[in-house]
Amino acid sequence: MGEAFVASLIARTIAVSTSLLLATLGEIYTERAGILNLGVEGIMMMGAATGFAASYHLGSAWLGLLAAIVVGMLLALVHAFLSITMRAEQVVSGLALTTFGIGLATFMGLRLGPNGQALIGEQAAAFQPLVLPGLSKIPLLGPSLFGQSVLTYLLYLLIPLLWFFLYRTQPGLHLRAVGEKPQAADAMGVSVARVRYFYTVLGGGLMGMAGAYLSLSYLKGWQLNITGGQGWIAIALVIFAAWDPLRAVLGALLFGGIGAAGFSLQSTGTAIPSNLLNMMPYILTIIVLVLITWRESVSKRVGSPSALGLPYVREEKR
Amino acid sequence: MADTVEPTSVARQPLQSYAVQMRGVTKRFPGVLAIDRADLLLAQGEVLALLGENGAGKSTLMNCLAGLYRPDEGEIYLRGEQVHLSSPRDAIVRGLGMVHQHFMLAETLTVAENIILGLQGARPVLQLGQVRTRVHELSERYGLKVDPDARIWQISVGEQQRVEILKLLYRGAEVLILDEPTAVLTPQEAADLSRTLRQMVSEGKSVIFITHKLDEVMEFADRVTVLRAGRVISTLPIGQTTKAELARLMVGRDVLFRLEKHPHEPGDVALEAEELRTQNDKGLPALRGVSFAIRKGEILGIAGVAGNGQRELAEVITGLRPAAGGRVRVYGRDVTGKSPLDLIHEGVSHIPGDRIGMGMVPNLPVSDNLGMKAYRTPPLSRGVLLDGQALRAFARRLVEAFNITTPSTETAARLLSGGNQQKMVLAREISAGRGMIVAVYPTRGLDVGATEAVRKMLLEQRDQGAAVLLISEDLDELCQLSDRVATLFEGEIMGIVRPEESCAEEMGLMMAGERLSTVRGDGIPAVAAEETR
Amino acid sequence: MILRFEKRLVRSRAAVALVPVASFVLALLFGALILLMFGIDPLTAYAGMARGALGSSYALSETLAKAIPLMLTGLGCSIAFRMLFWNIGAEGQLIVGGIAASVVPLFLAERLPSGLLLPLMAVFGIVAGALWGLVPAFLKASLRVNEILTTLMMNYIAIELVTFLYTGPWRDPTGFKYSAVFPEAAWLPRLWGRMHIGVFFAIASAVLLWFLLTRTRLGYEIRVIGENPRAARYAGISIPRNIVLVMLLSGGLAGLAGMAEVSAIMHRLGDGLAAGYGYTAIVVAWLAYLNPWGVLFVAFLMAALLVGGAALKSTMGLPAAVAEILQGAILFFVLGSSVFANYRLRRVRRDIGAQAGSSPAVEPGAGVPDSGAEGASHG
Repeated sequence: MGEAFVASLIARTIAVSTSLLLATLGEIYTERAGILNLGVEGIMMMGAATGFAASYHLGSAWLGLLAAIVVGMLLALVHAFLSITMRAEQVVSGLALTTFGIGLATFMGLRLGPNGQALIGEQAAAFQPLVLPGLSKIPLLGPSLFGQSVLTYLLYLLIPLLWFFLYRTQPGLHLRAVGEKPQAADAMGVSVARVRYFYTVLGGGLMGMAGAYLSLSYLKGWQLNITGGQGWIAIALVIFAAWDPLRAVLGALLFGGIGAAGFSLQSTGTAIPSNLLNMMPYILTIIVLVLITWRESVSKRVGSPSALGLPYVREEKR
Repeated sequence: MADTVEPTSVARQPLQSYAVQMRGVTKRFPGVLAIDRADLLLAQGEVLALLGENGAGKSTLMNCLAGLYRPDEGEIYLRGEQVHLSSPRDAIVRGLGMVHQHFMLAETLTVAENIILGLQGARPVLQLGQVRTRVHELSERYGLKVDPDARIWQISVGEQQRVEILKLLYRGAEVLILDEPTAVLTPQEAADLSRTLRQMVSEGKSVIFITHKLDEVMEFADRVTVLRAGRVISTLPIGQTTKAELARLMVGRDVLFRLEKHPHEPGDVALEAEELRTQNDKGLPALRGVSFAIRKGEILGIAGVAGNGQRELAEVITGLRPAAGGRVRVYGRDVTGKSPLDLIHEGVSHIPGDRIGMGMVPNLPVSDNLGMKAYRTPPLSRGVLLDGQALRAFARRLVEAFNITTPSTETAARLLSGGNQQKMVLAREISAGRGMIVAVYPTRGLDVGATEAVRKMLLEQRDQGAAVLLISEDLDELCQLSDRVATLFEGEIMGIVRPEESCAEEMGLMMAGERLSTVRGDGIPAVAAEETR
Repeated sequence: MILRFEKRLVRSRAAVALVPVASFVLALLFGALILLMFGIDPLTAYAGMARGALGSSYALSETLAKAIPLMLTGLGCSIAFRMLFWNIGAEGQLIVGGIAASVVPLFLAERLPSGLLLPLMAVFGIVAGALWGLVPAFLKASLRVNEILTTLMMNYIAIELVTFLYTGPWRDPTGFKYSAVFPEAAWLPRLWGRMHIGVFFAIASAVLLWFLLTRTRLGYEIRVIGENPRAARYAGISIPRNIVLVMLLSGGLAGLAGMAEVSAIMHRLGDGLAAGYGYTAIVVAWLAYLNPWGVLFVAFLMAALLVGGAALKSTMGLPAAVAEILQGAILFFVLGSSVFANYRLRRVRRDIGAQAGSSPAVEPGAGVPDSGAEGASHG
């Protein structure tokens, strides 16, 4: 134990949290618009598979990333179409997306390798860790924070941008209004459907990116069940973060940290069962949810977007 | 008393000087003619009141003006230019906006954010500093005090209304329409609003406000247009009319008695309310001390424009809403605050105003709907088991007894006509109750035949000794059916009269805020007057 | 010319019947397209799946074996959904049912007559599943906490719990991811291949549910709440009480499924219990229009799909994931086309002029637009 342990713990936490945070941010934006997308896991899997396959066949990690983002957006578009235009049940649509996405990703992973074989165990152009000179010399945090992948740095930049976008811009205002009270937004001339489509698709792109990170940066390879349930965790994280990007960072670090801690502890032979530790985030999330809902009923406050999961239909009386 | 549109001096001026002109506007909904060839003029720099009862067409007419509805016939001119408004945004771009009764505000956003929501031509990055300054400016100028950084859920309803008004002023509205603006305000806030309107008007803006309160009309408006049953009856300058005349115009005819009503000696007191107080969904007082007593074999009608506490009154009596004060008694037994199930056991029937949303389950069969109150007891159920056959037999009996037209008892309730749906509700309620009926807008939306049938049923029940609380927006109906009529205004009873001893003008005045004692000038408070009968 | 969806007042009968069939066909076509993209002949693949699921007595027994947990969890989900309670937690309820059931053979077998083992396991399984479902039910009933999220969280907790148990304190010393094998007295008898008497549990449960829905007061109340919660309240029906009762039932059924899995199929507690039945159950219930008999039928079809997919792996070397692709596709098409049951496509003309847009036809029961809410002054 000691400095090295802590440093590697931090490094691992940040690495693990990257994909988690990306997926969570994607879902936050989707839910803020009022759409519940339970297909995160499926989109992430597809992102991972597409990203790796593209990189394998085209020889570029960046192209792989691009492919993953596009695929994520397309899948989310299906969900958006079903939920918004077709006014279908969002829960079921999301689950369909998960099933479909996982199925197709697994299929691709087993058939897009050399000679139509599996991609498992193959190598492809990936994002190698990019050690930032100077910054990485900072004691303790330096190597951990600044010895990460390029994608993680992108995320560092993205976070403040996303926060600013949500709270300090006109489009962000419209987003918040649509999820909170679509009637108000509609009355002021904001197109509810268009906003919802946009952010669902955008969210899908972020989720695809999250998946690509796993296969192109974290693992640098493909394996079955590469996402390991992170998509579902992201959905939990959204609540934990009370739909706020900055709190999502905290939540991702916490959830990721617990997972990383479990792993690190296991390797040092300590007896804390990692599974029990893993339970904590979910229990915490339930508690947070109860608190939020209870506060909502008492004082009408920061909580879920009021219109979440409900199709918006303008009063048809024309 | 004029029954047609009177040409006034205002109408002869050239078109351009009017802020708004509506000509021959007609609006139809399936089965109903909401607005019939309405003409309306709003001069610049004036406050026009739009007066009328429920169903008169006030909101519909204004919705046409504000771009929410498209008129089927007629033309609308803004400042002399004909317009075809396809959305509220269209309207506001032309300087016309409406503040509705139900505010369109996002609760978790701040005041400033709500004001600039959807603003055309806004810069991508929020210029909150600038917004604050401008909001402050407008606040000061028009006396609309708000804190731009407060969140909507934190501020009072009165302040929320100011935000709605600011939304329009921020976008440069020159014509503002306010729908029942003082319904949610305290007297102090209403006075502030009056000052705001005066300021706006002095700058050349024009205001239309919809109301049913005569006091307001006399105090705030320059002119008043009276609507009745979708038609414009008259437009008068305030200085040339009186409350009495307006009440008469609003309510119209003298009430005719058509149905045979047997004179009846009422029995013991069955249903009683004593100083009932309660709040509405927004936390504002809806009932401020309502008292009445209904005897067996008597119908007490509750008159008044919708929104004065009628719905809340029915809900308190039937256990759907808690009482903040006062008592409800059934045959002398205190049932205040009991659950809907308890009240059902006490034998109180409830025919709700929202037939489809509350009174029935549209997708379930008629038999299930008919059994909704009686299913808990034998013979319909024994212990945990429900006897489907018994239910169907029960349903068949009721269908026959109440003359409900339906292909079978298993037909889905939504397939029945409105009239038969209501008969179904009545059948269930009457058969499950024990002589106490709370009927809320029972004939709303029904055709002539069904209306007659429902009214007959209520009278029959009365003749058989039921105590009926009849809440209706149809004054004719109230006067025909009720033995006595109480008028509800802002949560208080203005007076209780016998229909045959009163007249339209009196009722109209009470509905618009005058107490019976004031109207009759005899100084005896309404309740006392009622007790001496 | 703009196309717009307009709500129907009468759900179209034709659409309701056609939708599942049309969706299935469309999904097969869509799946065929994907297979072609990967250079696989869809006809061979589909034939292989059909053979693998239904083509031999072994295949059929496998399909039925897989169908049993889907039936039980599907039934549980269907009754919860009828009350508009979105129970996404069938997976977790199944898992804890399996855990609780395992307690009996692992720790109590010595002290009990062998004939008592199975019944006790069933009881433990049902009770555990019911209690697991009670937590989100209670939270919703008393505090209105969103059940989609709470049931989902309970799933993860259950997964972590079971993993902890079979890799930790309950681990069989000779293995890595399993508990010790149960004594034979704790093995739920198989009837045909791996298909076991759990199928009778499923059928009995369907009968029970059907009976509940059509012949009991609770069933009546469930129907009313699911169709119109406001009317339910008006009629004096207690929604919180019913939420709790229904979820005890729903969780109990899933718990029973878990017991059946560990007892009849796995003969131990281990990796493989969390196989996603709980999530598939949601799909099954939904596709079956929440009808108990429909659930049995759809569960069988879904199982066929899954088993067929697995068979492809061994016979054609194709990933079993084909089944999931088809499953997802079927759902998409059902979701997409179900809109036509409730809405009608209308052409709306945008005239430049004062003419109104489409005028909705008067439907039976429509009457006059009833604003209902008193606050909005109707006029």
